[in-house]
This record gives sequence, structure tokens and C-alpha cells, in this order.
Amino acid sequence: MSTFVNYAAIFPLTTLGHYIHWHFIQISVANLTVIVLMVIAFIAALVLPFPGRSRRKENR
Amino acid sequence: MSKKNFRPDVDAAPWKGGYSPYDIVKEATIALVIVALLTVILATLFGSPDEPAITIKTWSNAAPVDFAVTALSELNGTSGVAQYGAPYNTASKGQALGPLTLAKWVGPRIPVNTVTDFVIDPLKALPDQPLLTQGLKKWKNASHATRQSWVTNYTKASNKMTFTNGAIVVNATNAGPVPLFIDDLTQMAQSGALDQALVTQAGFYTTDYTLPLLFLADGSYLANQAARQHLTGDQWGMMNETGNYPGQAWLWLYTFWYQVAPFNSSGNGDVLVWGLMMALSAGLLLTPFIPGLRSIPRKTRVYRLIWREHYQSVEES
Amino acid sequence: MSYSEIERQWTTRLRRRFVRLLPPEKLLPDNQPTYVSSWIYVFGVTTLSALMVVIASGCVLAIRGPQWWHTSSVGHFVNSLHLWSVEIFFFAMVVHLWGKYFMAAWRGGRSMTWMTGVVTFLVSIATAFTGYVSQTNFDSQWIATQAKDGINATGAGAYFNVLNMGQMLMWHIVLLPLVAVLLTALHVLLVRVKGVVPPFEEHAKVNA
Repeated sequence: MSTFVNYAAIFPLTTLGHYIHWHFIQISVANLTVIVLMVIAFIAALVLPFPGRSRRKENR
Repeated sequence: MSKKNFRPDVDAAPWKGGYSPYDIVKEATIALVIVALLTVILATLFGSPDEPAITIKTWSNAAPVDFAVTALSELNGTSGVAQYGAPYNTASKGQALGPLTLAKWVGPRIPVNTVTDFVIDPLKALPDQPLLTQGLKKWKNASHATRQSWVTNYTKASNKMTFTNGAIVVNATNAGPVPLFIDDLTQMAQSGALDQALVTQAGFYTTDYTLPLLFLADGSYLANQAARQHLTGDQWGMMNETGNYPGQAWLWLYTFWYQVAPFNSSGNGDVLVWGLMMALSAGLLLTPFIPGLRSIPRKTRVYRLIWREHYQSVEES
Repeated sequence: MSYSEIERQWTTRLRRRFVRLLPPEKLLPDNQPTYVSSWIYVFGVTTLSALMVVIASGCVLAIRGPQWWHTSSVGHFVNSLHLWSVEIFFFAMVVHLWGKYFMAAWRGGRSMTWMTGVVTFLVSIATAFTGYVSQTNFDSQWIATQAKDGINATGAGAYFNVLNMGQMLMWHIVLLPLVAVLLTALHVLLVRVKGVVPPFEEHAKVNA
């Protein structure tokens, strides 16, 4: 057993999972978080301004 | 390409507009550094799950009656594996996708005989057991009908099975060596020797855990632990991970079908869901060629957000 | 060796074909069309970067073998790197897929780019699956014993035995990563060959 690095996660997620029940849908809080973050990332990518606008204007 | 046969969802005129300087290697390097850093942060914060594997030893000590009942079901041919069909045996014709019985056509290429593989052969491996050796000899010399009769008589009495003073107790008559087999197999399991025997049947070196996994899955203990962790089929378990970790969220659509009719009650549920997912995957793959599906991007105009700077400059000019 | 003999060589013909298809300035361009001006475009390279971290962390796990992470803190940390880079990989790949769909990125002869992307997505799911059943812990026991029913029902279970850890591990670390990397390379080269898909035309046009 290696004791070179005594690694333990700061917030280990090893306790029994939390689940959300809605009609016949059951989803873990963890999975729902991931999916919500994906949607946020997608929308943010669509609406946030992209740098380099003036340079592109010069080159059009 | 003339105006009239230009298909806006299929064709795109080559770009005749401007180009801007762009450092592709620098962008890739920045992306790699950011992703690597994010991975290290997530790993440091949350770690990863590692629920220890369940052994047959664990199972038989925690739930000896469940183990013994499972061993009996292997002997009397009522277990999941005994009735499975291909690829383990020919007990059932298996699932059908319309007229296609795919598994049956391929046949039992991973043969499992639940009587010999799970009960008789492991017991033969036990040393210094004169009573057991006698019992095994009696079993070997008995006719098929006699063996059936012993097993049936034991099965009839098994609903009152108890685990008392370290032994499986069933008040059965005319059950031949079956009570001895079930009790000895339970003790063998509780010592850890059955885990070993099931794996080394193929030889010294093996990385094939087919037998111990099938045996575990035939019992209730493994499934009960899974239900605790929200991993069973009717809990959308395919998407889930043990603990509070994110799982395989990308399997959401695969597991969705198992929650709804007709898949959730059909004996052919697995092959039906697989067939449907193959069809949907083909749809995704062939989107460029499917009218309607390939028009949604143009009609929903989400692209107006992506290329708004371009459209603004076109409108300005 | 005469000039015409050199021209007829497979080597010469292959090289000329490749250079014609993908000259250096197209393979590693120093500019891009001005319409590439959205954050949605970063998800492709993010997916690629995550794939590199997945492979690198996987290589480290391979150095000490499949049991290492159960008994070593360092091993467990490397396993955590592998898990989270996989989550980032799928996160970025799916957002990339959403973006590419809404751009109808198959237009203008780019259907192969789309299709190689979809196949890579499906191969990635299979790769992740073989990884999950190679964990040698309770999760892999459960996933394998459940998945066997779906795979057995197709007939493939007779040859692709999810309960055979050795077989699954080799698919996970050899066969599927090879296919995934080759498909990814093909996908990226197709983007370089065809260019990034231009915006939808909003006005009537006549094209040459």
C-alpha cells in the first residue's frame, strides 16, 4: 500500500445518492447538475460575445 | 450550382468573404491546459467511487439462506441462468425482435450447466470430506429420475429453510445427498473457497468471471445492494453511479425506454430497446439525408445567435 | 531510376494525393473565416483535449495494472483523473454535437464530417462501457450482470462476453481506443479538408 501521497478527496461523494422523483422520472442530483450545466454552457456559448470583433471587422 | 437547385439544408456556397488571423496550435494548447487543470481540480475535490466487489463469501455470510436458496435453484433448474437460453444453454428460445430470435440463432457458445458448474464440480474440489465424497458417488450413480426426485423433495421442504448454528436446515425426506450438498456448498461459500473454485475451473490463470458473476446475479443479495444505490433498471439505474457521483448521463435515452410501455413489461424488452436505439442512432447518423430532420436547424434559427456578427456585417454592408 | 518511374511509384502517388488534398497551410492554417466568431466553436477542441487527458490518465493506470487503484492513494487519484476527464469529454462532445446540429454542419459536402462525428460518439459510449465493466469493483459487477441481458438478446453476447473481465479490459485499452482515435483523426482531418461550414445564406443568391 503506497503512502507516498496520503490522498483523500476533499468532498468525497460516497454517501448514498440523492435522487429527484418527478412522475416516472428519477434522476440523481449529480446527473441533473451535469445536464443543467451542459444546457447553461450551450446557451452561454451562444449568447456571450466572442473576442476579436474589431480585428475581424478589419479583415472582412 | 444554379439558384433553383440549391438546397439550403444540404448545400453551402464556398466562402468568398474575409479571413482573420488564427493561432490553431495556441488555441489547442490553451484548451489542453484548461481541461487538464479542471480535471485535476475535480479529482482533488471529489475523488471517484470504489464500492468493493461483493464476493460469494460476503454474500453467503450476510445472507446464507438467500445463498442456499439460489444454490438450490441452480440444482432444480429454476434459476435465471438455468432458464436463460443462449448464450448459456438451450432452455429457452430467448428474446425475439419480430421474427428474429438472434440469440437462439447464434446458440449456446458460453455453455453453463448450472448443476455441474455451480454445485457438483465445486463440491468435488473439497478435500477430506468422506460423507460428501460418498454423497457425490451416490449422485453420480443415480439415474436422472432419482436425482430429480431428490431435488424435488428437497425443494418442496425448502420454504421453511433456516440457517441455524452455522448450518442450512431443511426438514426434507427422500432427498438423497441434496441436503448435504446445499449445506456443504454454503459452508464452502462462507469460507471463500467457492469464489476460488468457480474461477479456477478454467485453469490456473483466468480473467474470466462468468461463473461467479452469473451465480451472484441469480441471488437477491447483489440486486438488493444495487437497489440501495439506485442502480436497478426501474430506477433508471443505467445512468447512475454509486454514491453521489455523476454517472453515464449519456445513456438517458437508452434507459428511458425501459421505464415505459411496452418495453417495461415485455419479455422481449431488451432486444426491442436495442433495436429501437439502433434505429435512432441510424437516424442521427443519416441526419444530413433526412428531409425534415435536417431542416430543423434552418427553421429554428438558433444559428442567428451563432453567426450574429456575420449577419450584422452583411446587413450593414 | 527514370523520372517517369518515380512518378509511377505508389509512394510518389500517395504523397502527391495527400499534399493536394491537405497542403500544409490547410493542415495547420494560420487564419480562419471571419464568421468563426462564437464560443460554440471551442467545444470541439475541448473534446479533443479531454480525450488526451483520458488517454494519458489511462496510460498511467496501465503502468501499475487494473488493481492498483484499489490499494494505492496515488492510484485512486489517477483513477479520479480518468473518471472526471471522461465526464468532461462527454460534456464537451454533446455540447459540440448540439452546436453542430443547429449549424447544420453537414452542408456543403460535409456529410462525412457529420457521420464520422456520430460514429465516434457511439464508439466513445462503447469505450466508456467497457471501462465501467473493467473497474473490478461492485459497480462493474452490477453493470456487467445487467448489461449482459441487453447484449445477449442481440446474439452478440456469445462473442462479446461482458462477464469476461480480461476480454472487456482489452477491448477497453486496445481495440476501442484505437478505433476512437482513428475516427477522431479522420473527423478532424475532414474539418481541415472541407473547412468550417459557412453560415446559412439569408438572402437570395446565385452561385457559380
